[in-house]
Amino acid sequence: MQFGIFSVGDVTTDPTTGRTPSEAERISAMTQYALKAEEVGLDVFATGEHHNPPFVVSSPTTHLGFIAAQTEKLLLSTSTTLITTNDPVKIAEDYAFLQHLSGGRVDLMMGRGNTGPVYPWFGKDIRDGIKLAVENYHLLRKLWREPVVNWQGQFRTPLQGYTSTPAPLDGTPPFVWHGSIRSTEIAEQAAYYGDGFFHNHIFWNKEHTEQMVRLYRQRFEFYGHGAADQAYVGLGGQAFMASTEAEAKRVFRPYFDNAPVYGHGPSLEDFSQMTPLTVGTPEQVIERTLGFADYVGDYQRQMFLMDHAGLPTSLVLEQIEMLGTEVVPVLRTEFERRRPAHVPSDPPTHASLVAAGPDAPHHLVEPARARVEELQAEQAAQVGA
Amino acid sequence: MSRRIVVVTAGLTVPSSTRLLADQLAEATTAQVTARGEAAEIDFIELREVAGELATFMVTGGIPTPRLTELREQVAAADGLIVVTPVFNGSYSGLFKMFFDALDKDALAGTPVLIAAAAGSARHSLVLDHALRPLFAYLRAVVVPTSIFAATEDFGSHGLSDRITRAAAELAALVLSQGGYGVGGFAPDLAARPRRTSGTQVEADVTPFGDLLRGHSGTD
Repeated sequence: MQFGIFSVGDVTTDPTTGRTPSEAERISAMTQYALKAEEVGLDVFATGEHHNPPFVVSSPTTHLGFIAAQTEKLLLSTSTTLITTNDPVKIAEDYAFLQHLSGGRVDLMMGRGNTGPVYPWFGKDIRDGIKLAVENYHLLRKLWREPVVNWQGQFRTPLQGYTSTPAPLDGTPPFVWHGSIRSTEIAEQAAYYGDGFFHNHIFWNKEHTEQMVRLYRQRFEFYGHGAADQAYVGLGGQAFMASTEAEAKRVFRPYFDNAPVYGHGPSLEDFSQMTPLTVGTPEQVIERTLGFADYVGDYQRQMFLMDHAGLPTSLVLEQIEMLGTEVVPVLRTEFERRRPAHVPSDPPTHASLVAAGPDAPHHLVEPARARVEELQAEQAAQVGA
Repeated sequence: MSRRIVVVTAGLTVPSSTRLLADQLAEATTAQVTARGEAAEIDFIELREVAGELATFMVTGGIPTPRLTELREQVAAADGLIVVTPVFNGSYSGLFKMFFDALDKDALAGTPVLIAAAAGSARHSLVLDHALRPLFAYLRAVVVPTSIFAATEDFGSHGLSDRITRAAAELAALVLSQGGYGVGGFAPDLAARPRRTSGTQVEADVTPFGDLLRGHSGTD
């Protein structure tokens, strides 16, 4: 199972000191978090992508390439890559290039983005969000899988005789996750292609996350990629730790109370009940996190949000250290203890996808196509009879 | 089959004239449904009790509390609604609006609604036609023609109870005609039936991906 940290990349004032980091400081801090993640044995670092203040993360592959040069094992990912407003041709190029730079330590997570004005700034309309995600991702799959692409869709200039360069490393496109909070179409999309499904989880009640993941799992099985419990599921999580629960709450409370998303709203205690947020000892974080599998099933990737709400760099580095040395080792053992043998522990990696060979379903633009045609034939036969 | 009527009331004091009006409307509606040979089940939602939860729902981008989830489902499953607000600054109260802002946009589609307001003075009576009626029109609810406005002095007059009876009769007639979309001998036109959702559950019947991809696969 993979464990990691994901960042939104916000520049937020530290409410305890009134100090706002510069963009340079924030970017540098994120790099330090990624390096710390590798140092303490975490598997994944994922960066968000935003094109408006107060965020700095507009150029994920630049940043991930910089981190790749300073790490050995860390898997570099996104949370999320905007499949709606980015040109899929540029995504295909950038992330294939990053694969080459990093020796295949890349996967990415598609998301739509929920900031209205970003769409028109990039020449798009937020009301087309789902259609953009569907069309652009389909084109991205083709660009990574077909040597020459001819394409005419609804949203971008047609392509005639286009070859995306560089081709994916070892002819093997990166594994892709689809992140969605409540759009069932995106869970359906992930299931259709046999890709991973990631639920942000941290701003939602568990009943909702449970239903979204269940839907994805059922459709993954429907499209013939494996049993529902073998589908690739990732979750977000959020924690703040100290040696006692009281100390953790004392330190974290001012950050919570002023946080951009939920600050000035529910109390820390209420929010901890409503969502997976855990503020307490490492043991409490372990117990809470293990409980996630009780409602989403045994899953493959757990990401934690650690750097937000203006938390100072030194504190975040301490938190990542605790996560890597005290929490994740126990989680690894305990999650494997409860996992049935037929449920994969890890999501596909570059190594596993290369090992599966060029004839594996991963290399098809539409791995479920044959299954869908089979179902249609069955239906037609029933109607005929 | 018993008809479920949900009464949403936004009074702030206990007791409140808003609740007093709501009680009279509920009673009259029960009488009108019963008079037509059917049973009515009345549930009250006192918004004051969930004011904090509604605020949390708003500032967290929609994280529901269990109680709020229950109420949203109750409203989306109701056969009819009676909604009563106090008049604040010439409109419905903020608490009243917050509850309807927390509903799914399809929660009330095609649902009969009786609108009512309580205020200190008759000078506010147009609040029903200028504030409440447009709100429920947006939600595609079916607002009964008679709306009820009660100023303090109305609680001492006969006219109010006559109007209440008329509005209750209109609501009862609409509630009881629900489900009568089919013409005798023909199958009901299911496509024309308003589709209501509470927004609290993930829709289980997802659009098959083939339909989503149609026109977007780059080859057709």
